[in-house]
Amino acid sequence: MTNDLTRLTADALATKLAAGDISSVEATQAHLDRIAAVEGAVHAFLHVASDSALAEAADIDRRRAAGEQLHPLAGVPIAIKDVIVTKGMPTTSGSKILEGWVPPYDATVMTKLRAAGLVSLGKTNMDEFAMGSSTEHSAYGPTHNPWDLERIPGGSGGGSAAAVAAFEAPFALGSDTGGSIRQPAHVTGTVGLKPTYGGVSRYGAIALASSLDQIGPVSRTVLDSALLHDVIGGHDPRDSTSLTDVWPSFAEAVRNADVAGLRIGVIKELQGDGFQPGVMERFREALALLEGAGAIITEVELPSVEHAIAAYYLIMPAEASSNLAKFDSVRFGLRVNPKGGGTVEDVMSATREQGFGAETKRRIILGTYALSAGYYDAYYGSAQKVRTLVQRDFAAAFANADVLVSPTAPTTAFKLGEKTGDPLSMYLNDIATIPANLAGIPGISVPAGLAAEDGLPVGIQFLAPAREDARLYGVAAALEALLEEKWGHTLLSQAPDLSSSEMNATDEGAV
Amino acid sequence: MAKLMDYDRALELFEPVLGFEVHIELSTKTKMFSDAPNYFGGEPNTNITPVDLGLPGSLPVVNGQAVRYAISLGLALGCSIAPTSRFARKNYFYPDLAKNYQISQSDEPIAFAGSVEVELPNGRMFTVPIERAHMEEDAGKLTHVGGATGRIQGAEYSLVDYNRAGVPLVEIVTDIIYGAEADAPELAKAYVSTIRDIVVGLGISEARMERGNLRCDANISLRRRTPEGEPPAPLGTRTETKNVNSLRSVERAIRYEIQRQAAILDEGGTITQETRHWHEDTGETSAGRPKSDADDYRYFPEPDLLPVVPSDELIEELRAALPEAPAIRRRRLKAEWNFTDLEFQDLTNSGLVNEVIDTVAAGASPAAARKWWTGEIARTANAQGVDATTLVTPLQVAQLVALVDDGTLTDRLARQVLEGVIAGEGTPQQVVDARGLAVVSDDGALIAAIDEALQSQPDVLAKIRDGKVQAAGAVIGAVMKAMKGQADAARVRELVLERATALPE
Repeated sequence: MTNDLTRLTADALATKLAAGDISSVEATQAHLDRIAAVEGAVHAFLHVASDSALAEAADIDRRRAAGEQLHPLAGVPIAIKDVIVTKGMPTTSGSKILEGWVPPYDATVMTKLRAAGLVSLGKTNMDEFAMGSSTEHSAYGPTHNPWDLERIPGGSGGGSAAAVAAFEAPFALGSDTGGSIRQPAHVTGTVGLKPTYGGVSRYGAIALASSLDQIGPVSRTVLDSALLHDVIGGHDPRDSTSLTDVWPSFAEAVRNADVAGLRIGVIKELQGDGFQPGVMERFREALALLEGAGAIITEVELPSVEHAIAAYYLIMPAEASSNLAKFDSVRFGLRVNPKGGGTVEDVMSATREQGFGAETKRRIILGTYALSAGYYDAYYGSAQKVRTLVQRDFAAAFANADVLVSPTAPTTAFKLGEKTGDPLSMYLNDIATIPANLAGIPGISVPAGLAAEDGLPVGIQFLAPAREDARLYGVAAALEALLEEKWGHTLLSQAPDLSSSEMNATDEGAV
Repeated sequence: MAKLMDYDRALELFEPVLGFEVHIELSTKTKMFSDAPNYFGGEPNTNITPVDLGLPGSLPVVNGQAVRYAISLGLALGCSIAPTSRFARKNYFYPDLAKNYQISQSDEPIAFAGSVEVELPNGRMFTVPIERAHMEEDAGKLTHVGGATGRIQGAEYSLVDYNRAGVPLVEIVTDIIYGAEADAPELAKAYVSTIRDIVVGLGISEARMERGNLRCDANISLRRRTPEGEPPAPLGTRTETKNVNSLRSVERAIRYEIQRQAAILDEGGTITQETRHWHEDTGETSAGRPKSDADDYRYFPEPDLLPVVPSDELIEELRAALPEAPAIRRRRLKAEWNFTDLEFQDLTNSGLVNEVIDTVAAGASPAAARKWWTGEIARTANAQGVDATTLVTPLQVAQLVALVDDGTLTDRLARQVLEGVIAGEGTPQQVVDARGLAVVSDDGALIAAIDEALQSQPDVLAKIRDGKVQAAGAVIGAVMKAMKGQADAARVRELVLERATALPE
């Protein structure tokens, strides 16, 4: 019974909860049991909130029994990326410098989740301050890919993606600054969407790069992401960059999915060299299926994309260097007193030296340099110009296509430790996801199957113009249906059964 | 003690070149970027939200009222209002700065290129060029504990109160000011006073310097004079004097820096580019931190905020609502109050025009209001070394004048009442009651005292009866003494003459 409940989608759980077939306490307990069973192997969570989750679930059950009108998702469990500030639950953003910090307030997305009655299972692992593509930069040890525990689950949101792929949660919240939702989805066989910039409030998301960050859903099905997006989206007066648009129902977009006549532009620059054959094979297969369903496949060019990574690695660290200045020991988090005492500057310096990891320091230094007098124009200024060019490229491409498409990342999951010594090759893994963040447009990654050479998941990425997130849900849901019809099962049903591999798990990162 | 050059000699050798940065705390209901109450004071760290503490995940939201106030101020300074202005982050580590960056405006301020007409005590009109006015947030307040000076050097530890963090500020920056010459100290005072009048007139700030609502950083450098026909010398190195918390200090600090810098330069020394702290008690400045033009704040556009794009309609609406400019208002008031040139000049120099306006509005006559503010109150303020406005309120002065007008107080008694009010004993009426200072207008009490005085001085009584009226002076004095001065001397005189004839032989 317990295993059955964790295999259900959020949508299916919601239906059973509403029908009174199961209670939220049962659904929550089933996921807590699954977490207890597989966390030793996966280490998707930094904090499991068993007590508060069961209390929240019991409260929903009580309110339902009392006949209260509840949100359709009320009582469904969810996992929260640790970048999101949660009242009463520790929030570290994967960093030692925030170890033990329990925020006094909720992020807007958390307020919305609580209002809808979703049950928070806990906080998921991530690269420190969302800086990375593998979760290996987490100060609390890496997360392991449920498909192969020796491999990375992607990053920075590897914890949320692995939790969902390992059936520890039906869905989760992620955040995406350069691909941190989509690339983990790609390597774990899950679905992840980065909304249009401004589509979901950033209030309470610990900032990496303010002009690029966006919170979004992570799930096993396109519909579950859409359902979650419907809960967390919309204008927030506490976030000046949040759009005031009234959004359509994304779940409706999934239910009305149809690609007949849809113009799909294949991005010329994001295929070929550097892309793994098995990734390209699944990519072409998916395009053929979509074409067979009536989509019109064309090719588009984004000539500025070749400069996107360079621009991204100036803008992101520049903003991060300023955003991370607040971690100084004065008001919250870690405080390290130097031996023999010292000035406030000495304390700040010792705290940051000990509290930040190597990748974080690397990016703070990069960003500080890029903003320095005399270098600003050459670095930050030029990067902003590239950003404008990328936006223009997209505008031109969308004149000829309704959505654009590419593999989500060049390769399947690499091995843990394979790229930690080579930051540049790690950065290049985000080549296909970064352009959407620079342009502020939405992007989704959906499973396309397994690569023939290594049997690991491959994702396909769709991009749409700003504010057209619904279009992405439509095309992704259509492809999902076509693939599952072809396979006769879901992709994740083929993932290894972790309960049996528990004995082989590394002992890293026990909860 | 720094060596000072005689002021007149300093002006013979050097031309003072000035520049001012004035910070105005806006009196909005909430802070610049959060919905915390804009109230500095009370229990430390109570008027704060996650935004003011810079908690992880928190985001700023611009206070629309602060933007409207800033536009009004920009217009009143004769500035152009930028169709698009932007916030920027000024990055530096300091514990009073919750985020370790200040949200300010850098190369895209909301208002730029204006000027302010300033009237000097000698009647000279001076146009101060305004480079820009921009919006920013205030920092928290540090209290350094355990050191002798109360400054960070030598302190054991420091306490931070973030109640002030995020209070909306407008910073007004002048262009370089040439040509003030010997009037430089007076110009400094008159400029800050005019800015104060403008913001008070707009109703956008309390503008109390002693409370830090209005803060002035005074930049000054000296340029050596060159003989006629030769090219001018390059500008000298400037110092920036901070902590000048009264109009009087602004004037004194400029004068001091001119004399100090002149003495150094005349001996062939060099001026260090630095901030200097003004010390009100000793009337000196002392070296602060070195300040270089190369300070790198790594400004970049604040990505958490959208550009400020005020509509033309809003700008025109605010322009139409501007109050009279101070210079025009002064001309009008002088006529309305029927003051002589000298009287009005005195009042202007005292910096108390607004207090007189408010006192007149509270019911006092212009003449009485001026007399009290520029007389007794200004004298007391001078003796105590504080601004007159900190001593009493216009309403209290008006109440005092009313008590004199209705005969409750004589001028002499009123001065004692004023002393009580300044000492914090309450309203004038409360001081009168508590100190028992009212004029004794009860004839019965006076008559009893007079009768006693006459009877104890039978020789005087006899003289009065003989028609030697001037002899009454001794009795009047005795009665006034018995009444502890709280009687109307003229009435006492009347009654003495009356009782001298009425008393039985």
